[in-house]
Amino acid sequence: MTAAQWLPVFVVLSSLLPGIVIFLLREEAYWARTLLNLTGAVLKLALVAVMAVGVFQGQTYEARFPLFAGQDLALHAAPLSLLFVVLSSVLWLVTTLYAIGYLESSPHRSRFFGFFSLCVSATTGIAMAANLLSFVLFYEMLTLATYPLVVHRGTPEALRAGRVYLGYTLAGGALLLLGAIWLTALAGPVNFAEAGSLANVPPSARGVLPVIFVLLIAGLGVKASLVPLHSWLPIAMIAPAPVSALLHAVAVVKAGAFGIVRVVYDVFGVRLSAELGLLGPLAVLASLTILYGSIMALRQTDLKRRLAFSTISQVSYIVLGTSIVGAFATTGGLVHIVHQGIMKITLFFCAGNFAETVGITDVRRMHGLGRRMPLTAAAFTVAALGMIGIPPLAGFISKWYLGLGALEGGSPWAIVILLVSTLLNAAYFLPIVNDMWFRSRPEPWDERLPRGRLETRWLLLAPPVVMAVLVAAAGILAEVPMSPLEWSRLITGLEYGR
Amino acid sequence: MPVLDTGQLYGVTGAILFSLGLYGTLRHRHLIRKILAVNVMGTGVFLVLVATRYGRGVPGAPDPVAQAMVLTGIVVAVSATAMAIAFTLRVHATTGSAHLPDADAEEPRP
Amino acid sequence: MSGPDVAAEAWLVWSVVVPFLAGSLAFLAGRRLRIAAALFGLAATPICTAAAVYTTHRLGPVRYRIGGWGAPLGIDWLADGLSMLLVGTTGLVLLLAGIHAVRSIRAPSGGEQKSGTDAQPTIAYFWPLYFFLWGSLNALFLSNDAFNLYVCLELLGFSSAALMAQAGREALTAAIRYLFVSLLGSLLYLLGVALLFGAHGTLDLQALRAVASSSDLAALALMTTGLLFKTALFPLHFWLPAAHANAPAPVSAALSGLVVKASFYLLVRLWAGPFAPLPTADAAAVLGTLGAAAIVWGSVQALRQRRLKMLIAYSTVAQLGYLFLLFPLGAPHGNLEAWTGGLYYAVSHALAKSALFLCAGCVVWAAGHDRLADLKGIARPLPVTMFAFALAGVTLLGIPPSGGFVGKWNLVSAAVRGGHWAYAVIIYGGGLLAAGYVFRVLAPSLLFQKSPAGLRKVPWPMEAAALTLAIAAVLLDFLADPIFAFLAIGRPFAAVTGGLP
Repeated sequence: MTAAQWLPVFVVLSSLLPGIVIFLLREEAYWARTLLNLTGAVLKLALVAVMAVGVFQGQTYEARFPLFAGQDLALHAAPLSLLFVVLSSVLWLVTTLYAIGYLESSPHRSRFFGFFSLCVSATTGIAMAANLLSFVLFYEMLTLATYPLVVHRGTPEALRAGRVYLGYTLAGGALLLLGAIWLTALAGPVNFAEAGSLANVPPSARGVLPVIFVLLIAGLGVKASLVPLHSWLPIAMIAPAPVSALLHAVAVVKAGAFGIVRVVYDVFGVRLSAELGLLGPLAVLASLTILYGSIMALRQTDLKRRLAFSTISQVSYIVLGTSIVGAFATTGGLVHIVHQGIMKITLFFCAGNFAETVGITDVRRMHGLGRRMPLTAAAFTVAALGMIGIPPLAGFISKWYLGLGALEGGSPWAIVILLVSTLLNAAYFLPIVNDMWFRSRPEPWDERLPRGRLETRWLLLAPPVVMAVLVAAAGILAEVPMSPLEWSRLITGLEYGR
Repeated sequence: MPVLDTGQLYGVTGAILFSLGLYGTLRHRHLIRKILAVNVMGTGVFLVLVATRYGRGVPGAPDPVAQAMVLTGIVVAVSATAMAIAFTLRVHATTGSAHLPDADAEEPRP
Repeated sequence: MSGPDVAAEAWLVWSVVVPFLAGSLAFLAGRRLRIAAALFGLAATPICTAAAVYTTHRLGPVRYRIGGWGAPLGIDWLADGLSMLLVGTTGLVLLLAGIHAVRSIRAPSGGEQKSGTDAQPTIAYFWPLYFFLWGSLNALFLSNDAFNLYVCLELLGFSSAALMAQAGREALTAAIRYLFVSLLGSLLYLLGVALLFGAHGTLDLQALRAVASSSDLAALALMTTGLLFKTALFPLHFWLPAAHANAPAPVSAALSGLVVKASFYLLVRLWAGPFAPLPTADAAAVLGTLGAAAIVWGSVQALRQRRLKMLIAYSTVAQLGYLFLLFPLGAPHGNLEAWTGGLYYAVSHALAKSALFLCAGCVVWAAGHDRLADLKGIARPLPVTMFAFALAGVTLLGIPPSGGFVGKWNLVSAAVRGGHWAYAVIIYGGGLLAAGYVFRVLAPSLLFQKSPAGLRKVPWPMEAAALTLAIAAVLLDFLADPIFAFLAIGRPFAAVTGGLP
């Protein structure tokens, strides 16, 4: 193996090693910790960029270590992996900056950043896992690394939330494992391969494949918060804002959705999945989740809870795109992995800023925020409009492709789902936007931070603004080479064997 | 012609002793009785050990290998008895009684 | 006899002789020199063990005839992958538990009668007993002679009972109960040996394999029952929780991690050796059912305990259940996966469980008690201990990356292949219950509140020992292939898996 082929390993290590060192740091070692965090994050981004350019030029990266029974711990940089790994390394850097600002002077920071790094390592591992075993390994590592983050506040409510979170995700993990072992017993080590890797399953064993599919999807659906496995997500909102941001945008929820994409496209293959009649029910489930999440979001008054239900709904767009056969739908689903990530993380950063700066957490009390915190409010507005799908923002691209895919794949009913969901998105985001900009607040603000020149700490302000710019860029520059959309098209081509 | 030959007689006796000892071990709570019962059990096993090999190594005579094993077994049994008695003395010193306390009574302090 | 063989045999002999030697030295030495003898044993035994494991790895299985007599009259040792894997595990666990004990166990000083504090109990003759325990474990794993194995079992039982008896009144009662159970088990086993010897005139396990037949079912039943008592398979576990929970932490680690595994090892040895040709499918199903019941019962009891060490001890009851699943999953002409997976699981549990008990020892040292209700926020003053606890817990959960994950993967894979769905469900259901009791300890320890007052500082070697074992349990995941290859040395499961290694 050449040094270049080790790149995927280095990408994982670039956050794992700093994470381990951070655990050993004293609480007061602010600068050492910050330096480690940022070095790791920047290094990871650089490594990923090198890898992305390499893959674009046709280079392949793969590292394998034998584990047991002919199965390897294998990491590779397929285009699909890169889509997710680029997203997670960009968002890690941004979220780390945000978290440094957010957690200033709160206790247990070494523990927090240590697990934060482990969490990102697990996510990049999930992204680059080249076979089912490696995927499961990092998937479970993610469960364990996020638990301390969910209970970080250390209050009894946080512990309760942690218990619910663990109960759901460990049970989901057990289902996933059972499916993985069964599939391995049937087909030998399951490698991820474009267009599927189950060609060598004997026809006589085809009968149990749907059962295995259900086990795998149920296990992944817990983290992807598919209805009815979603209840943990709103409860886990107790976590600090940077954690929620990461959980909803890249780490946990997205890992589940990414896993579903992997199972459908790279394990079963879209043709076999369709032949076995598995995609129809999945599409129905995704549609139900989209509608349920949106309706529930409308009923929440707490901003973070509203965003949480919005996540449930939006992540199922990815699943919907995956479960409709056709290049357009696939592209729409894949590109939404990135688009939902950058939009949702912007919204969570903004929600965190509102709560930290002026103590606003209730959607009914947001009037006048546009004047008090114009940049944050602007970022929120851009991301919210993106979520609704206003052109030319990122969300529009996703929905456009999903809509085309619904027509192409012969499921015009999905367009109805998209339209209803868009209306609901508008119904729960537009009033907030309206309140922030067009209604004023008579009473003084309940200032939580010392007033400076900026509307809040710069470390809290910069991340959402940068991400909002990306939300716009992802839409406007969608046709530029190496944009999320172009990557998704590349992957789609591979998955359909072109 | 006796009903049982020598080997069988030893074997049956051993089995009876073993069963008696087993019953006593499980039945009694007094530690000295328990120790005695275990020893009876052991003796039963030793008899069986000798009996099953009776006449098999050397015709009409006990098997010397089995005898050697029984000797080793006796040494082990003596050590076990000594140890159990030492424990019993300790129990007696701390509780004033040589009974094995109830399982309930030894539940850990809450 | 060729040169390399002599070297291999020499290391085998040393790995049994050195611990007994160190134990004897510690027994004879005065108070000052006792610790020197202990340090000698702690350094020398693992070296001999490591060398013996390495030579087995290099040269393959070794059969050593003690005194040159040879079976059937003499006693033979057999060092194959199975026995040396356990010898190696024993070396690692007892080395680290010993390092913990150097700080956490006090020797009685001039005429002192009382039994020390909970945190630092006074144990007379701790080091002699500890090394006798070590030596008898190694001898048991190596021995290939049914009667010699009985003697090893008894030695092991005596040293265990003596070690656990001295930490207060509950410990004494538990030790007595253990002693009687152990004697009962040994005598049942010995009765089985008598029947085998009577029928076949040999005690060598390999020689027995060639001649055993259905008429040996009575011996099988007696020996198996005896060993089940010692392995504490549900419902014969009644003696275990009190015995393991009340002993001092390093002793608990050795008992829960290794001593119960020794009788389990012997069971595996017998079922995969002499008894392999016997029709054991029904008996295996019974063992599997009891194992499944143990998983559920032990876990539920662990969820209800109010003391940390009791919780860990009940977790042992549950985890032992997993080991017994290998009998139905690997029988009758089963699956190598089940056998190796089960043994691998035993090793990973040995590491994880001893790590947990050493962690509990650190907690007791710091807080002076192990009442769960009063340990809220303990992770703040004891971050290393609780981190080690969490890592070791990962193995119990069977979540990657950990040894427990690979073990469970293999067991479930065997279950899936054999269509044993109930076992597959039990294995992962048990993992969820384990999550319940592991996080019952971890979650409150993370609470933000004032740490309990009056904590004692834990010496770093104690925490380091626990952490090392926990890390070893996790790293086992990445050593799975070498370990499976090592287990195949000498093909210990050839008789039950149809000749394939």
